[in-house]
Amino acid sequence: MSTVIKTDGLTKRFPRVTALDQLTVEVRPGVVGLVGSNGAGKSTLIKILLGLAPATAGTGEVLGLDIATEGPAIRELVGYMPEHDCLPPDVSATEFVVHMARMAGLPAAAARERTADTLRHVGLYEERYRPMGGYSTGMKQRVKLAQALVHDPKLVLLDEPTNGLDPVGRDDMLALIRRVYTDFGISVLVTTHLLGELERTCDHLVVIDGGRLLRSSSTASFTEATQLLAVEVTDHPDDLTLDADAAVRERLTAAGLSVRPDSSRVLLVDIRDDETYDIVRDTVADLGLGLVRLEQRRHRVAEIFTDEVPATDEVPAAEAAPTIDNNALTGGTADVTAS
Amino acid sequence: MSLPPESRTPDTGVIHNIGYRAYAGPRLGRSYATRSLFVQSLRAAYGLGRSGKSKVLPMLMLALPVLVAVIVVVVAIMRKSDQLSTDYPQFPSILALLVEIFLAAQAPVLLSRDLRNNTVPLYFSRPITRGDYVRAKFAAMVSAMMIVMGAPLVVLYLGSMLAGQNLGHNTGHFLIGLVTALLYALVYSSIGLLIAASTPRRGFGVASIMGVLVVSNIIAGIVYALSGGPHGGDITQSSDWAAVISPSMLVESFVNQVFTLATDTGAVRAPGAFGAVVFAVEIAVIIAGSYWLVDRRYRKI
Repeated sequence: MSTVIKTDGLTKRFPRVTALDQLTVEVRPGVVGLVGSNGAGKSTLIKILLGLAPATAGTGEVLGLDIATEGPAIRELVGYMPEHDCLPPDVSATEFVVHMARMAGLPAAAARERTADTLRHVGLYEERYRPMGGYSTGMKQRVKLAQALVHDPKLVLLDEPTNGLDPVGRDDMLALIRRVYTDFGISVLVTTHLLGELERTCDHLVVIDGGRLLRSSSTASFTEATQLLAVEVTDHPDDLTLDADAAVRERLTAAGLSVRPDSSRVLLVDIRDDETYDIVRDTVADLGLGLVRLEQRRHRVAEIFTDEVPATDEVPAAEAAPTIDNNALTGGTADVTAS
Repeated sequence: MSLPPESRTPDTGVIHNIGYRAYAGPRLGRSYATRSLFVQSLRAAYGLGRSGKSKVLPMLMLALPVLVAVIVVVVAIMRKSDQLSTDYPQFPSILALLVEIFLAAQAPVLLSRDLRNNTVPLYFSRPITRGDYVRAKFAAMVSAMMIVMGAPLVVLYLGSMLAGQNLGHNTGHFLIGLVTALLYALVYSSIGLLIAASTPRRGFGVASIMGVLVVSNIIAGIVYALSGGPHGGDITQSSDWAAVISPSMLVESFVNQVFTLATDTGAVRAPGAFGAVVFAVEIAVIIAGSYWLVDRRYRKI
């Protein structure tokens, strides 16, 4: 199957708000990230794709089935992992996932077998016989993923699967999601409002905002537009008055490179060609500074969006209400505008 | 899975990662899923598949009526009487409190639990529709109530056979008893599920259901007593209209009138043929109305 999800002018209007606005998107097999802030229309889109809510206008297909008329057939072949907690605390994972497998139409024996398999694949072992009320967030997320996979769907829709997980749990979950496609052969649509974690996991990103499609393209094209070099230098050992960063920046700019600060001590240099490395090395050596960091970096997906968002929207807000949150958020932006 | 015997290696206790296996078997679709939900809900109503603690109350509510029935039978056999001391259709009314406790405790188990745990969206992301969900839950609740009320009736019936009583009379009244139990089950389940569907909080659901049933019963009892109270025989009295207030009295008096039962006792009866029709309509409205409201409530999720 060449397309997993296809929508054409999909629109969903509620009395007060337009949740989806003329969304036309085509998703191929793979891991696809659906990105958008809260209220961007991600959940509404999932509901419509599952055939649970009718679209106001437009058409759509999931696995070649029409969303308006073939909802039950779609739901038989699609798995859904909701964002919120959905596990009864007084039931064991095995009992629960078996039940959900039968709800998907699997005969009793097959449901048991697939449950054992699936729980093992998501990394739940002995604890699967215990009531789920005592599970950690990571374990609960695994059970939620297992119930979405247990009937061997062709596509799973994962709504914020890394919510509430610690960094290690997050990495585990992302690796698991990657495996769902590479090892299990199940296409994945995963939503998040955190961009950073998607660029490692997804082949393709669909970005929506206010119900409209901002961009749909491969992850590579988001991140490989330009290669960057992160440079960090020490202060001058003798001349403490020298602003090392500024000096390096000045010299590199003079050499015709485009330079901008990243975090406090890191400079980002656009890589023109192999010579760029030599220029940076020589510049730092000439100034008599120590080179702490010289690493290749790709553009982060998030940068593309911060670039697209007009900075003027955020800076005055931070000035008007200088709360800690706002300062932390706009700190980076302010730096950019100042330089 | 089934390897030929010659290739089987001794069990070394090592778990091998056999990788992901796709599922190529049958997918049985909507009606199978609805049936599975029905079975699971019926089991859940008795605490099966849940913690041991949650089995205590429903099993007790199932055991007590059966125990009462056994006692009635034993007494009848010992006294060699030609009739059971309790008529079948009256048995559910006598056990009303136990049945009400069962309903109040278990209706929230079927609906409020799914609401509270947010499990409902998981069902609707599968082949079953919202209508299927409501249908399965209603069927499960009615069936669970039928088991609670039907089991003692079966014990009574078998006991009467054992005591060598009149087969025809017992069979007839046993069947009327089952019809009575079904009416109770339908009316009670409707009210219980309607309340349970409106709240994700189990404790609140239990208290509300119990409250509605007990308070309506008390009010009906007061009105009944104030407007003349019990009276024997076939005389139709205005006090019988009090039964419209209480679901349990409603069913009891409807059955008593339609099957001309309990004519010699002071039991409530629907006032005349007209009263029976009004009561029947009220029963139908309670059942259909509750079902419609619950169904509509799930359309919004």
